Amino acid sequence: MDALVNKRIKRVMKGDQDAFAEIVELYQHQLFQICYRMLGNRHEAEDIAQEAFTRAYVNIHTFDQNRKFSTWLYRIATNLCIDRIRKKKPDYHLDAEVRGTEGLNMYSKIANDEELPEEELMRMEVQERVQYEISRLPDKYRAAIVLKYIEELPLAEISEILDLPLGTVKTRIHRGREALRKQLSNL
Amino acid sequence: MMNACPEKVIRMMDDYLDGEISPSEEKELKDSLQNCSDCRKIYQELTKTIAYVQSASHVQAPPDFVQKTMAGLPKESQRVGVKRFMRHHPLMIAAALFVLLMSAAMMSSFSDDQQFAFTKQENLVVEGETVVVPAGQTVVGDITIRNGDLRVDGELEGDVTIVNGQYMASSGVINGEIEEIDQVFEWLWYTIKGTFQDAVSFFGGNDQSIDE
Ligand SMILES: [Zn+2]
Repeated sequence: MDALVNKRIKRVMKGDQDAFAEIVELYQHQLFQICYRMLGNRHEAEDIAQEAFTRAYVNIHTFDQNRKFSTWLYRIATNLCIDRIRKKKPDYHLDAEVRGTEGLNMYSKIANDEELPEEELMRMEVQERVQYEISRLPDKYRAAIVLKYIEELPLAEISEILDLPLGTVKTRIHRGREALRKQLSNL
Repeated sequence: MMNACPEKVIRMMDDYLDGEISPSEEKELKDSLQNCSDCRKIYQELTKTIAYVQSASHVQAPPDFVQKTMAGLPKESQRVGVKRFMRHHPLMIAAALFVLLMSAAMMSSFSDDQQFAFTKQENLVVEGETVVVPAGQTVVGDITIRNGDLRVDGELEGDVTIVNGQYMASSGVINGEIEEIDQVFEWLWYTIKGTFQDAVSFFGGNDQSIDE
């Protein structure tokens, strides 16, 4: 797969946009998934995933072909997500969806500020609740947990994506895991 | 009390869950879990937590994602435009090159340009002959670097032109175009293009015409 990807990247570097469309096709779901789990909302995830692909395209000649393309791409995306989380205003989501459809917006809106009341938590579906608790994690733990448990990437790759020493990645996963354990203990 | 459980057991649990525990410690961990119900509870909650997180259903990008992303890409890079211009107007290029190569002033200005130089922007740092956008900093504005390299650890909002140097793969973000001009020929071309653009704007045209 890496050889195929590299072939396409060489074409992209020569200005071939169709080759880039194939790259987007190949990675769209994984990239969207990372953004969605980090941000907890489809609109923002789509926005940031698109932005990540655009940056990859514009900066394609800075990609070192001896490395794994997905690592580089995920790194662009996680950086953008972390930026977005940090810049996020509490009332960002004016487009809150109706709960039960796509609807995690309402929760991610509140996520950064305050805890939901216990009875509200109890009414949530398990999936919804897990996403809510992930989005309550501090952004640095969140990235590590998403890459480790949702993307199921090896620690070494996570360390490359986050540009952190292996030890730091482990610490973040441990702390993120411990925080989730406490948050989910009543589930 | 859960807090009464030894740190070491917690550490071994983490190692175990990371898949990085030695056989002897694994045995020690199992003994601890058998002997202490609090340790056992923490361990069970942790494995349950992991199972919950992993069971989060996989979401998919919307059906029109590829098409939307492609439509949002910037137009072909300037370099491609320039190449096309060269392909379409070979005679003009030849004439322009001839005039330039004949020009002594031109050649001397090329050798004058062998020194390391760069556009000064706020927050830029220089390490030897490498211009650095430091981590955590944002530099706003276009940058041209001659005979030196660029590394971006932070964020750069602007276009980059590097003459006789390179952009070094780095972790930062560039919101703009990068153009590297390595060879004398390209440098000449860049100068021609600049001169040509100057001429065009002098006559009241605009830069678009050069890129079609
Ligand atoms: Zn114990």
